[in-house]
Amino acid sequence: MSERITKNMARNIYFGGGLFAILVFAGLTVDTVQKIPELSHDDKITESVALGKQVWENNNCVGCHTIMGEGAYYAPELGNAFQRLGASDEQAFKTYLAGWMAAQPLDTPDRRKMPQFHLTQEQVNNLADFLIWTSRVNNQEWPPNIKG
Amino acid sequence: MKYSSQMVAKPYFIFALILLAGEIVFGLAMGAQYLYGDFLFPAIPFNVLRMVHTNLLIVLLLFGFMGATYYLIPEESERELWSPLLAKITFWVFAAAGVATILGYLLVPYATLAELTYNNILPTMGREFLEQPTITKIGIVFVVLSYILNVTMTVVKGRRTTISVILLTGLFGLAFFFLFAFYVPENLVMDKFFWWFVVHLWVEATWELILGALLAFVLIKTTGVDREHIDKWLYLIIAMTLISGLAGTGHHFFYIGTPGYWLWIGSIASAAEPIPFFLMILFAFNMAKNRRIQHNNKIALTWAKGTAIVGFLGAGVWGFIHTLAPINYYTHGTQLTAAHGHLAFFGAYVMICFTVISYAMPILRGRAHGNGVKAQKVELISFWMMVIGMIGITLALTAAGIIQIEMQRLPDSAHAIGFMETQAAISSVYAIRLAFGLMVLGGLLTYFYSFFVKEAE
Ligand code: HEM
Ligand SMILES: [Fe+2]
Repeated sequence: MSERITKNMARNIYFGGGLFAILVFAGLTVDTVQKIPELSHDDKITESVALGKQVWENNNCVGCHTIMGEGAYYAPELGNAFQRLGASDEQAFKTYLAGWMAAQPLDTPDRRKMPQFHLTQEQVNNLADFLIWTSRVNNQEWPPNIKG
Repeated sequence: MKYSSQMVAKPYFIFALILLAGEIVFGLAMGAQYLYGDFLFPAIPFNVLRMVHTNLLIVLLLFGFMGATYYLIPEESERELWSPLLAKITFWVFAAAGVATILGYLLVPYATLAELTYNNILPTMGREFLEQPTITKIGIVFVVLSYILNVTMTVVKGRRTTISVILLTGLFGLAFFFLFAFYVPENLVMDKFFWWFVVHLWVEATWELILGALLAFVLIKTTGVDREHIDKWLYLIIAMTLISGLAGTGHHFFYIGTPGYWLWIGSIASAAEPIPFFLMILFAFNMAKNRRIQHNNKIALTWAKGTAIVGFLGAGVWGFIHTLAPINYYTHGTQLTAAHGHLAFFGAYVMICFTVISYAMPILRGRAHGNGVKAQKVELISFWMMVIGMIGITLALTAAGIIQIEMQRLPDSAHAIGFMETQAAISSVYAIRLAFGLMVLGGLLTYFYSFFVKEAE
C-alpha cells in the first residue's frame, strides 16, 4: 500500500483530514455545550450544590470513588448514591450520609478504609445536595443497575 | 553527540527514571492496600497513594518528552539549542515544583493543601489526574512555555524537518489543551466534558504526534532509512491520529450527561483509533527490515519495536474492547478501565521514553555506538521483565474487571452483588496483580543496573 502513496499525498491527508477533524469536533463541542444545561438541570444548581462540589473536590473523593463512572475504582460509585443509599428520599439520604461520614474509618480489620474528613454539618449537607443533583443528571440511564 | 547542548537532556532522563521508580513503589503500595485495607492507613490513604502514583507518571513523561526533545532538536535542526541555560533552569524549576507538590500530598491532608495554596481563589483541585494545587498548575504552564520557546527558537533558526515540525505541533497542542485544566465550572457535567479535553486530547491526539516524531527519530538513527520514506509514514500515522482521535473523544461522552448522539459518534470514530497504533507497528518493522545500517545499539531498536507493539496492545486492543457504547455501558469505570489505562500508558508513553533514553543515553555518556554487549544483554532482560510484568498486571486487572462486571453489572438490581462484596470476591486476582507489579519493579532495577555493567576490555 505504502509504495503507491507519496510523501506529498500523505501530507495532504494529514492537513486535510486534520482540519476536517478539528472542524467537526469544534462544531460538536459548541452543540454539546448548548445542550448540557438542559440535560443536567443546570437551573437546579443551588448554592449548596455548588458548595457541595467544592467539598467533593477539596477532599479528593474522586481519588477513591467513581462518579458517573469516572474516578478511581477503589470505592463504590456515588453518582447514584442517592438512590442506593437514600432510596431517593432526600431526608433519608442526608441522615444516612451524616451518619456515614461521622463513622469513618470503620474499624473492620483489613477492610478498605475511608478516611475521617472532619466535615461540618453544613459541609455534609452541601455534599448531599451535590450528590442528589448529580443523581438526577440525564446520562442515558447509566449505571445498569442500582449497585453502580 | 553532534552538539554539546544536547547534553542538557541528561538530567531530564535521569530524573524521569527516578520518578518512574517512585511511581512503581506507590503503585505497589496501592496494590497492597487493595489486599490489606489497613496497610499504611491512616498514614497514607488510598486517594493520596493514587494521586502520587498518577502524578508521578504524568510528570515523568513530561520530563521524558523534554529530555527527548532537547536531545533530538539540535540534531534535527543542525545547530545548538537556542538556550541551554534556559533548559537547565527549566529543569530545576520543574523538578523543585514537582517534589514540593508530592511532599504536599504526603505531608498534609488534601483539604489542608487546598487551603494552604488558596484553592478558593481559582479552584482547580480535586479532579482526577489534575489534583495539583493551582499554583503548581501555573508553574507547569510556565515550564512548558519556556520549553516550547526554546524548542521553537531552535527549530526556526535551524533546519526544519518533518520530525521537528510535527514534534513542535504536538507540543503546542499539549500546552493548549492543558489550559482546560483551569476551567472548573459549577456544573459537574460541563466540568467532566472539558476535563477530557486535557486527558483524552493529550494521550489520544497531541501526545501521539510527539510519540510518532520520537519513534521516527530513533528509527532514522538506528536503521538509516531515508527521510522521504520515514516522513511519509509519520504523516500517515498522525493523519489517522487526528481523524480518529478528535471525534473519538466521544467515547468518554456516553454516560456523563452529554447528548445521546455521542453514543454513535464516539463509538464510530474511536473504533478507528487503533489504526494509527497499528500503523506504528508496520512502520517500525518495515524500517527495521529495510535498514541501511547495522547500528550497534541493538537494544534501542528493540525498545522502538516494543513501543509499537505494546502501545498497540494497550491503546489499540485494550482500548477497542470497551470503546463501543453498548459494551462500555457495562465496562465503564470498572477494573477493565484500569487494565487498559496501565498498558496504554506504559506501552505507548513510558516505552517511548525508554526507547529514546536507550538510544541517547549511551551517546551522552560518550559511547557513540551504544553500550557494550554485556550491558545490552542486561537491558534486554530488564525489557522483558517490565513488558511481561505490565502485561501480567493488565491480564490480572482484565480478569478482575470481567468478574466485577459479571457479579455487579450484568444482573438486575434485585440480583446484582454490591461493589464491596464483589471486590472481596476478586482479592486473589489482586494478589496476582501485585506479584506482577513486583516483577516490573525488578525489571526497572535491572535496567538501572545495566548502567553500571562493566565491559571486559
Ligand atoms: C496511548 C494511548 C492511550 C492512553 C494512555 C489511554 C489511557 C486511558 C486511561 C488512563 C483511561 C482511564 C481514564 C479515567 O480514569 O477515567 C482511559 C479510558 C478509556 N480509554 Fe484509553 N488510552 C489510550 C488510548 C485509547 C484508545 C486508542 C482507545 C480506543 C480504541 C481507548 C479507549 C478508552 C475508553 C473507551 C476509555 C473509557 C473507559 C471507561 O468507560 O471507564 N483508549 N484511557
Ligand atoms: Fe480516550
